[in-house]
Amino acid sequence: MTCLPQNGSKKKLGLVIDLDICVGCHACAVNCKEWNTGGHSAPLTDMDPYGADPNGVWFNRIHSFEVVDDDNDSRTVHFPKSCLHCDDAPCVTVCPTGASYKREEDGIVLVDADKCIGCKLCSWACAYGAREYDEDVGIMKKCTLCVDRIYNENLPEASRVPACVSTCPVGARSFGDLGDPNSDVSKLVAEREGFDLMAELDYKPTNKYLPPRPKQNENSFSDKPVSLSPVETEKSGLLARWADKVLSL
Amino acid sequence: MHPAKSVILFTTASGAGYGLLFLLILGHMLGVIPTDPTLALSGFGTAFILIVLGLLSSTFHLGRPERAWRALTQWRSSWLSREGILAIVTFLPTGIYGLWWAFFSSSEFVLLPLIGIAALLLCGATVYCTSMIYACLKPVAAWHNKFVPTGYLVLSLSTGALLLNAILHLQGKNDQLFDMITIAFIIIAVVHKFYYWQYINENAGQSTVGSATGLGSMGKVRLLEAAHTEANYLMKEMGFKIARKHRQKLRNITFIFGFILPIFLISLSGMISNNALSNLAIIVSILSGALGIVTERWLFFAEAKHTVSLYYGAEKV
Repeated sequence: MTCLPQNGSKKKLGLVIDLDICVGCHACAVNCKEWNTGGHSAPLTDMDPYGADPNGVWFNRIHSFEVVDDDNDSRTVHFPKSCLHCDDAPCVTVCPTGASYKREEDGIVLVDADKCIGCKLCSWACAYGAREYDEDVGIMKKCTLCVDRIYNENLPEASRVPACVSTCPVGARSFGDLGDPNSDVSKLVAEREGFDLMAELDYKPTNKYLPPRPKQNENSFSDKPVSLSPVETEKSGLLARWADKVLSL
Repeated sequence: MHPAKSVILFTTASGAGYGLLFLLILGHMLGVIPTDPTLALSGFGTAFILIVLGLLSSTFHLGRPERAWRALTQWRSSWLSREGILAIVTFLPTGIYGLWWAFFSSSEFVLLPLIGIAALLLCGATVYCTSMIYACLKPVAAWHNKFVPTGYLVLSLSTGALLLNAILHLQGKNDQLFDMITIAFIIIAVVHKFYYWQYINENAGQSTVGSATGLGSMGKVRLLEAAHTEANYLMKEMGFKIARKHRQKLRNITFIFGFILPIFLISLSGMISNNALSNLAIIVSILSGALGIVTERWLFFAEAKHTVSLYYGAEKV
């Protein structure tokens, strides 16, 4: 059924991505590919992987942007992007077959591989480019929020988070229920003024992004030392002075 | 957006087919076109061939065409599903109307006006649904506007009129009235097209690379490093650039071949008394109109910018 859950989903599971912390290492994308090519929407087909024109399905891509402020001061912001599991998800409502659906229990948007006809309309309806078509299988694929990990009782409890979250070496990605205002992720979003991507389209994305913190520059510290003072050799001990002399020969 | 050949053929051929059906039935109900069975056979035949060709070609671009029947299930939310269902339902009243006209028009059929009205409404509704498949997509500003549904309806009528006019001419049943009606439809279509082009020139989408990344408030945002080295599905499907490069030339081709030349040729054929030359002018008007409408539709897809291009180097859509 491609109608959205009537009163929204009960939970809104999603990701919070901290653009201040992300270092752009692509580990989340690699681990995503690694897990998901054997997971719910497997395979994540690669066409011509070792040839001249490799092309393949990924659920997570890391773009890098440069932001130049009014003082002509620039900074690099690494920007991971995957499905935002929107509350008002048009990729679901445009689907003519019922293959694309949003789960009422947790808000995850999934594709039923047995129903998809590969018309690609959902990928046109997604503003964010979260869906990638699998040419080989002839159906659409997308981030599953690792639905096969987060509820997987065969995994140790600590591993029951999306692959991208579990692998991030700097902790730039958090996973949780964004529908619950008291959850850790919701508190994080409130505290850091997390935002929606392309809010003007009103897709009500579940995933939130945290803005980079203000850059620290020479004006950031009021009690900074004016200059470094030279090392005071006079007060060094006997042994140190002797070693200094020997090593200076 | 990538202009898939199958989708261009689908929207243009079925659009012209429904326009032709609409005008045939309306003309017959109003008693303004000849009522002989040859017109019914050739007119309905041409329309059904175009519609079936269009619908079949729309399944060619599917990854899993064998599952196409599933597309008829989600009419509650999906315009594509609604279009599929209406396209099939429309065969019923239009088919009955055509059959009665071709074979049983000597006998009385009291339900015919009702069936005719149902057929007219369904033809219009089907073309409307086709247009809404595109017009409901918010990420494509060139499609998400009121000109798209009216454009599809107007172009369906003008291409249908061009076909009906040709059929009437080739059967020697033309009159000046229908020539003028056809020209009027084409003029409405070209005026509409100019308004559409003006609209999309002036109304780009609101989204920018700043809103797409949420970093716009911090300063000027530009893509520094792409997410991957080779083009992926998104860049091939949504990042089509050839049309935008030749936009003005292609608009000129649409304008001249789709609208101006057919108007000129229809007027010309009305003025020349030589039957063969007049028919030749009409056949050329169809070929020219076809080239024009295909270019128009190709541009409609190729010119449209998708918000996903903001993540791949575009600054605004």
